Amino acid sequence: MTDLPEGVDRRSFDGTQRLATQGQPVYGEPTDGEWRLWDAGRSKLGAMLELDMDISLSGGESVLYLGAASGTTVSHVADFAGPTYAVEFAPRPVRDLVGVAEARPNLFPLLKDARKPETYAHIVERDLDFLVQDVATRGQARVAVDNAQFLADDGLLCLAVKARSEDVTADPEAVFEGVREALVDAYHVVDSQRLEPFHDDHLGIVATKH
Amino acid sequence: MTDDTDAAAAGWFAGLDAVDTEAASRTIREASAAEPADWPRLAVEAGFVDSEADYYNQLHKATIHSTRAAARAREQADDKQLLHAVRAMDDATRTANELAERLSEWAGTLFDDQPTGIEGARRLADREPKSPLEARVISLADRVDGLATEADELGTFIERQAPDIAPNLSEMAGPVLAARLIALAGGLESLAKKPSGTVQVLGAEDALFAHLAGRGSSPKHGIIYTHEYVSGTRPEDRGSAARAFAGKLSIAARIDHYSGKFKPEIHDELDERMSTIRARAGAASEGAEQ
Repeated sequence: MTDLPEGVDRRSFDGTQRLATQGQPVYGEPTDGEWRLWDAGRSKLGAMLELDMDISLSGGESVLYLGAASGTTVSHVADFAGPTYAVEFAPRPVRDLVGVAEARPNLFPLLKDARKPETYAHIVERDLDFLVQDVATRGQARVAVDNAQFLADDGLLCLAVKARSEDVTADPEAVFEGVREALVDAYHVVDSQRLEPFHDDHLGIVATKH
Repeated sequence: MTDDTDAAAAGWFAGLDAVDTEAASRTIREASAAEPADWPRLAVEAGFVDSEADYYNQLHKATIHSTRAAARAREQADDKQLLHAVRAMDDATRTANELAERLSEWAGTLFDDQPTGIEGARRLADREPKSPLEARVISLADRVDGLATEADELGTFIERQAPDIAPNLSEMAGPVLAARLIALAGGLESLAKKPSGTVQVLGAEDALFAHLAGRGSSPKHGIIYTHEYVSGTRPEDRGSAARAFAGKLSIAARIDHYSGKFKPEIHDELDERMSTIRARAGAASEGAEQ
């Protein structure tokens, strides 16, 4: 079992051990003292940690998060990580994301398109430790490869692949295989697992930059 | 270190004063760089900030300010307002109808010959209550009346706004259907970028995905069915009509998004195409008579 990064812990909520981080609550999630529940059903990265995937983080990492949406997951990441850049393309969720970021001095929200890294390369620093990607667009592997420029060598990638974003009619397994192959351009895949029961038709991939 | 000076020139903080959040906000939104660099270190070396901790403070202030402004600007783009208006209109209509049903169930126990629907609610709202119970029912009728009126006014608003935002699309489809198409596509730009085959079945996603999964035939039309060009054409020719209509609608959306000028030619072309398609029905019935 991989150790959880510092700042993430399993706490008891309603009698079950579930992930939690310390920080200001975001959407009315249950809390246990200073700890707030990190719901794996609402967060693909949460599901990947809950499934004990091989994610070696120790806490305090610098992070680029692509597809931050309204900031549910990225708020937990910012609770245990260092400087965290959150990129989201849709304006409506960004309104909420900015609210989440206001209370977290290490979280930097950006209204940018993850498919166009040049539009935020003047803001996001290089040699980051950790890249998280959860974008529902076609060409998810391409996005991960294009954004590898922000990662340090051996930097870690956690990628949630949504089969239906690539092709609604294709067999999810075939889509996942295509993504794993396309990642080879920039990454070495360490672990990959389906995210059921937390998320249907999603694959979690852990990889390091080579 | 000239290399680093050059490199720093590509950063969001280049040439800025640390206190000028407005200017920083603009470069964050508009500038770009070929590749990332060690911005915190470069910013300290360039004298923009005293320490990396200070750098992150400035970055936090600037990104919050910039991103909030950028999101607000994008959300206020006119086609997005139209999208909210049409969704609000549909919600108001649906809710008014649901409440009107509840109301006629209830009012039927109190009054004889109570008419149903929105009209019934409006008539009921004018009555004078004679008991606390009647007062509740009549007050509810008043809300239904208010909601239905709001839906009508939203419709009027859409009819006035849509031609400004999408002149060709509104002329061709009518303002309300134009607004619905924009809402279904998620904006005028996304509608302009969709192939006409997608425009043809917008609003028929359930049927389309059932078809793609191997159940059922492919839908011939989505929301565009509400237009007379499609619904008024005989069933055998509806596929052709929907295809022709959707094709011209995507062209109209593209003109509206990329140029914004009214172009009468495309409307004439569509009219001509529609009469050709409808002439088939005439030809078929003449053939049957002979």
